[in-house]
Amino acid sequence: MAGFTFAPAGREARIIDKLSEINWGLVGIIAVIAGIGFAMLYSVAGGSFEPWASKQMIRFAAGLIILITVALIDIRIWMSLAYPAYAMSIVLLIAVELAGEMGGGAERWLNLGPIQVQPSEFMKISLILALARYFHGLTLDEVSRPFQLLPALFIIGLPAGLVLMQPNLGTATIIALVGFSLLFLAGLSWKIIVPTIMAGLAAIPVAWQFLHDYQKERVYTFLDPDRDPLGAGYNILQAKIALGSGGVFGKGFLNGTQSHLNFLPEKHTDFIFVIVGEEFGLIGAGLLLVLYVLVLASAVSIALDTRSQFARLVAMGIGLNLLFYILINVSMVMGLIPVVGIPLPLVSYGGTAMLTVMFGFGLLMSAHVHRNVEMARHSGAFF
Amino acid sequence: MSLLNDGRDHVRFKTFSRRSLILSGGTLALFSGLLARMYQLQVLEQDRYATLAEDNRINMELLAPLRGRILDRFGVPLATNRQNYRVILIPEQTDSVERALDRVSQYIILGAPQREKILKEVRRNPRFVPITVAENLSWEEFAAINFHAPELPGFILDAGETRDYPYADKLSHILGYVAAVSEKDLADPDPVLRIPGFRIGKLGIERQVDPALRGKAGVRQVEVNASGRKIRELSRRVGEPGDDVVLTLDMEIQKFAQARLAEEAAACVVMDVHSGDVLALVSNPGFDPNEFNRGISHASYQALLSDPKLPLINKAIAGQYPPGSTFKPLVALAALENNVISPETAIHCSGATWLGNHAFHCWKKGGHGAMNLIGGLKHSCDIYFYELARRLGIDRIEEMCHRFGLGETFKFEVPGEKTGLVPSRGWKQATTGQSWQQGETLITGIGQGYVLTTPLQLCVMTARLANGGRKVMPHIFRSVGAESHVRPEADLMGLSDRALQLVMNGMNAVTNEGGTAARSRIDIEGFEMAGKTGTSQVRRITREERARGVIKNEDLPWERRDHALFIAYAPVAAPRYAISLIVEHGGSGSKAAAPPARDIMLLTLQRDPSRMEAIPPIARARRGTEEG
Repeated sequence: MAGFTFAPAGREARIIDKLSEINWGLVGIIAVIAGIGFAMLYSVAGGSFEPWASKQMIRFAAGLIILITVALIDIRIWMSLAYPAYAMSIVLLIAVELAGEMGGGAERWLNLGPIQVQPSEFMKISLILALARYFHGLTLDEVSRPFQLLPALFIIGLPAGLVLMQPNLGTATIIALVGFSLLFLAGLSWKIIVPTIMAGLAAIPVAWQFLHDYQKERVYTFLDPDRDPLGAGYNILQAKIALGSGGVFGKGFLNGTQSHLNFLPEKHTDFIFVIVGEEFGLIGAGLLLVLYVLVLASAVSIALDTRSQFARLVAMGIGLNLLFYILINVSMVMGLIPVVGIPLPLVSYGGTAMLTVMFGFGLLMSAHVHRNVEMARHSGAFF
Repeated sequence: MSLLNDGRDHVRFKTFSRRSLILSGGTLALFSGLLARMYQLQVLEQDRYATLAEDNRINMELLAPLRGRILDRFGVPLATNRQNYRVILIPEQTDSVERALDRVSQYIILGAPQREKILKEVRRNPRFVPITVAENLSWEEFAAINFHAPELPGFILDAGETRDYPYADKLSHILGYVAAVSEKDLADPDPVLRIPGFRIGKLGIERQVDPALRGKAGVRQVEVNASGRKIRELSRRVGEPGDDVVLTLDMEIQKFAQARLAEEAAACVVMDVHSGDVLALVSNPGFDPNEFNRGISHASYQALLSDPKLPLINKAIAGQYPPGSTFKPLVALAALENNVISPETAIHCSGATWLGNHAFHCWKKGGHGAMNLIGGLKHSCDIYFYELARRLGIDRIEEMCHRFGLGETFKFEVPGEKTGLVPSRGWKQATTGQSWQQGETLITGIGQGYVLTTPLQLCVMTARLANGGRKVMPHIFRSVGAESHVRPEADLMGLSDRALQLVMNGMNAVTNEGGTAARSRIDIEGFEMAGKTGTSQVRRITREERARGVIKNEDLPWERRDHALFIAYAPVAAPRYAISLIVEHGGSGSKAAAPPARDIMLLTLQRDPSRMEAIPPIARARRGTEEG
């Protein structure tokens, strides 16, 4: 069953067939969101493609090629790659822990000759694949049985723990949230979910003890931004001023004064949503959120329209990953949660993040293109 | 193989679909929350944020806290803050920075290196950032620029705070100075240090208690317009000013001692024998710490470094001198405590004594004749003390030295104390690899040879003799902020009162009974002073020179003349103050050191009653008003 080979003669025809199966409407929405990102990077640079917008456009173009390539590859191949990819990501995470180069005060980057990679980005995709693969092989009842549940928890806990050690609280949180959401979708019994959530709430004071000082400081600052108006509170306060002063219609493209005067830190990365709000107002920022909702809705629709449990879970996993990014980033810049270093997908400047997000969309699209492929529960797909 | 074969997959899909919809519902709810928050920020609170941002934006700046003052025991300010008049240039308001600098040079002096520094600063910053062109302007310069302001677009006059040392070189060694924060200082995470132009304590007390003096930074929010220029202040949270430090010094005594020692290379310490309060700590010559604060020029710094009188060294605590005859009271005490003599033991002085084939000479060529304890101290007879040292041996002398603080530091609050040197068998073996010679014991007995002491140690030694043998420690802090540094009475060292009294009688004879310092007697009832002179050789007198007649000090070059020393306490009846004084290469102790010491001691005694009532003003009142 594992073998899936193209007959050399039929190959070309099948690729064209598959291309026509791609949800081009979704690709269009993604391109519009990325386009908003280009415009904002152009504005932040003071009306210039340098230094950010031009590079971001090249990355998006590369991302599109990745998206289409990934979409065309059979979902069964992705299934067979799930565990190896997961294992490789874990190895990279450990490597970064051992030999990681300092970046932003934490060990997050691995230097591979000329390029630097952020293994935690790969981890998000591999985790989705691995969990989907694992739950694909379980019946509904099995999901809640301790013997089957514990490996799942291990698959989630190991990378979350490693990323937390870097320390990168934001990414670790997203990994855990995506992992537990997939567990929920796979059908974990409410009898387990409800008591766990209650115990989790009770454990918050204990978890607090394990936070790093700088992480605690962020929480304090969040609760009282005036506490440190020149330190961590500065970002939140300046972000709120920029966003609030945008009003309903915004100050207009290239007219965001707060951001242009360097009051806003990280304006081209984590805080870019603020520029959207300042220059295009409630309407512009709201529209961006609506576009994101459309992407998420497409992910749900693709998931529900797919035959195999693996593909469904992958599609939802990709959507959830995107959702948590957006939620955390936007809540952060609006002062709803403490500051964590999480970019806004497709819009924030950043290479690894852009390519991973596009890869994720590729998987979503592969699930869509191969929605009628059936895979039995016990389809061991090892190479 | 097929989905239909697996009946339970249908159940799995139903659960998946249901739960996907639950998550979707949650997602929509959360996005509605985000939109609501955006509505709150961008519609409901828009006016507030628009005020802050639309035409004006807030900028936050750290405000330098006012540095704590340093006061003398009566509250006389020794280190304070004063207005610093500055000229500031805003590059974007001028047509050309070069031409603007040319114009302002008509009223203030701008050297080429200074000009270069300004231009570099201008290039490094956006054009609206103000650059300091000149600081510490005189009132005339300030007024001139103010008058010509219309012809000087882009220049702003400003008055900031800067550290000021009103007594300049009279306290430089004690207070030290503040100067610009260096790269190394930035290891300290305190944000205050990152304020442009901030000054940090670099030496002396300024360095020792810098964290207390520094205070905490304040923050102000200023509105700046589109070009970044400040429009008005929105809010201001004043930082905490630094703590005031009150010293035990009496500035009147310090000033007087400094003036009395005038141009000499000299040091003097005055302290309370019971409390250990240091009332004066003089090291001459000094340097002007204000120069360091402003940024000293290379030439001035080189001049200070190459001055043979070593103005940068705090001689009172870091100058190490052979104590000469001022060491003799200690040897006498050791001899009495160890019962190697009685007060009446008579030793004959013929002008020289022999040990093997080495002659040891007395300073008096013809000799003193028969000498007992009182006579030996009164006339400072060397032969008498050679004999005492011979009977005692170096070990017992060494032991007595350590009890009196010689060869040790006192953890004194002014940094830079030196230990001096108390020689011992072990020390000699370790440093030279040779064993101790008896001749060296004899030389040590008159405070020559290897032994080295600092003026602070000599003063503490005298205080411990005069206070009944208590291990008093010197200190100079009366209070730091709200924390008082007054200490309990020191512990007794277990010396016999009789031996102490005999030595004090001998020192009394030196000044009041026609001894070596008879001319420096204080002849006022109740103010009588007892002391001991010392003249320490810095060169060796050869046998040939002695045969020809010893060369008079005045005929020697300055750096080869003897050091003049004097130690004393007063009043004799109830000792309260101790003094030590050294004049480098000053000649004889009785001529060069005893007279100024007498005058300084007299002033100290005269100021005594007022001191007892004085309550130093504490800084808290000042701080209260500023915070309000």
